[in-house]
Amino acid sequence: MIEQNLSLLLVVIPLLAAPVTAILPGSRVPWLCTLIITWLCFLLSIWQLSVVIDGNIISYELGGWSPPWGIEYRIDALNAYISLIVAGIAAITLPFALRTVEKEIPLRQTGLFYAAFLLCLVGLLGIAQTGDIFNLFVFLEISSLSSYALIAMGEQRRALTAAYQYLIMGTIGATFFLIGIGFVYSETGTLNMMDLHQLLLPIYDHRTIHTGFAFIVVGIALKLALFPLHLWLPNAYKYAPSVISVFLAATATKVAVYAMLRIVFGVFSSEFVDITPTNHMFIVLGLSGVIVASIAAIYQDDVKRLLAYSSVAQIGYMVLGMGLATTLGITATVVHVFNHALMKGALFMACGALVYRVGSSQFDKLEGLGRKMPWTFAAICIGGLSLIGVPGTAGFISKWYLVIAALEQQAWLIAFMIVLGSLLAVVYIWKIIEIMFFHADSASTTAVKEAPISMLVPMWVLVIANIYFGLNTELMLSVANTAAQILGVSD
Amino acid sequence: MKHNLILRVIAKYLFPVIALFAFYVQFHGDFGPGGGFQAGVILSVAFIFYALIFGLDTTEKIAPPYFLRIMASTGILLYAGTGVTTLFMGGNFLDYDLLSVNPIEGQHIGILLVELGVGITVSSVMLIIFFAFAGWEKND
Repeated sequence: MIEQNLSLLLVVIPLLAAPVTAILPGSRVPWLCTLIITWLCFLLSIWQLSVVIDGNIISYELGGWSPPWGIEYRIDALNAYISLIVAGIAAITLPFALRTVEKEIPLRQTGLFYAAFLLCLVGLLGIAQTGDIFNLFVFLEISSLSSYALIAMGEQRRALTAAYQYLIMGTIGATFFLIGIGFVYSETGTLNMMDLHQLLLPIYDHRTIHTGFAFIVVGIALKLALFPLHLWLPNAYKYAPSVISVFLAATATKVAVYAMLRIVFGVFSSEFVDITPTNHMFIVLGLSGVIVASIAAIYQDDVKRLLAYSSVAQIGYMVLGMGLATTLGITATVVHVFNHALMKGALFMACGALVYRVGSSQFDKLEGLGRKMPWTFAAICIGGLSLIGVPGTAGFISKWYLVIAALEQQAWLIAFMIVLGSLLAVVYIWKIIEIMFFHADSASTTAVKEAPISMLVPMWVLVIANIYFGLNTELMLSVANTAAQILGVSD
Repeated sequence: MKHNLILRVIAKYLFPVIALFAFYVQFHGDFGPGGGFQAGVILSVAFIFYALIFGLDTTEKIAPPYFLRIMASTGILLYAGTGVTTLFMGGNFLDYDLLSVNPIEGQHIGILLVELGVGITVSSVMLIIFFAFAGWEKND
């Protein structure tokens, strides 16, 4: 029974757990409940990937209404892969959450906090699982609404402003997306993605379809913080509670990248994309995102904000891969979604550990901390190397594929800009290292101890994963390659 | 509003009428316009109206915050629980056909339960939002 309902259970289990968690008392009980649920989802998502990795497709009809009339969950290798990333990051974040949440979230809100976390997980998994474009919008809203609430629970009052800013931008994005769906629906009369793909084929020249497509692309671009629509992101990541920074940075924008891939190449197609200026737009915005956000990161005086700007730059790489629109380019994007989740997860966890011990992520509070917290510091170093793309780390693989994809099209300038982006990453990672290791201790850091073991273990699991997936590339590349072929991108 | 006799009397008479209308919208939702969301809002309006006349503290005695939180969760659980029940009966999620021997009757039972869940959650969440805004000076 479990296997035939696998795709649905991934969404329903956290959905059922969320209201229960909301009324559980204390801080440990809701945590434990969430921990069990996330690990359950993680195991289910591994199972699901193992079912579809050979090219099988799971199709699930909600309510027994057959598609295209009913909602269909349609799982192929790409969906299962994204679900695995989301559930995996959630599972690894939860052990880390215990201590920081106890410190940062008031006791009477803890149950609600974990409930919102589970709802966010529902939304993100739902986006990955569903095969219905309107259902995707609903899940996008579930994940966004819960993340507004989660960000607003940050310790400082400025978290409210950050969450409000994200709320406005996110709502505009969602509205654009919905308007786009409306246009497409009015032309085709269907919301099922596979059905849409078929029905759209003969009407690629319709003006309505082009308008709808533009609305959808801009709407999702807001959600994935594509430069120059990224302005909500740095503050949202900075003022959110540490756990939420880890979880959102590692999953939320990645899922939006998936939604973009699925809709641009799965619902529409590369033939449609070729008659629109989408590819050029992706390449130009992706590259300017890489350069501008990396330069902005260099000038930050706060680790969390620096990493947030670096996230915008990394999203630039993913969008660039989409813009290249070849099998290699899409493979690079899909691999980078995974690798970036690993590196940003590790880095934001290290950042959370610093905040846990010092109470701030401002540079002037972190001077000399590298010597007091060697394990956390080492995690930042290795995570940073992966972010730069040094061989032997996960980051290298995706950058390598991206450069090859660019060179394949004789796009020397693009390849050069990718390498330039990596050099800028060297500068901002070095900035953290310099302040944490080569500066003398400041008054606030003399009595600081290493982070607790419950935070170090998840952090180092991700750090080691960064190295493991940098050396053993076969697994992720084969999945990513299958995913690229599913999207039907030709060379 | 302590001394405003007319308002107090009318409020007491209107409360059951509004609540009854809410239940009409709730249970007539299968056949006509209406349903859980609208009914939930109307039911919460009855409480909000009561709160406007008799004050927040009196209303919080009828509907305490912890109770509202439990009700909000119960509604979702009722909705999702209906779906899970059909899963255990060997069908797909929310496949109402299985809820009874007769599929059409099953559809009726299913939509009734699901809409009831929506109604409970919506009315309690509306009240939670109202209390949060109306009592924010008290809480801060």
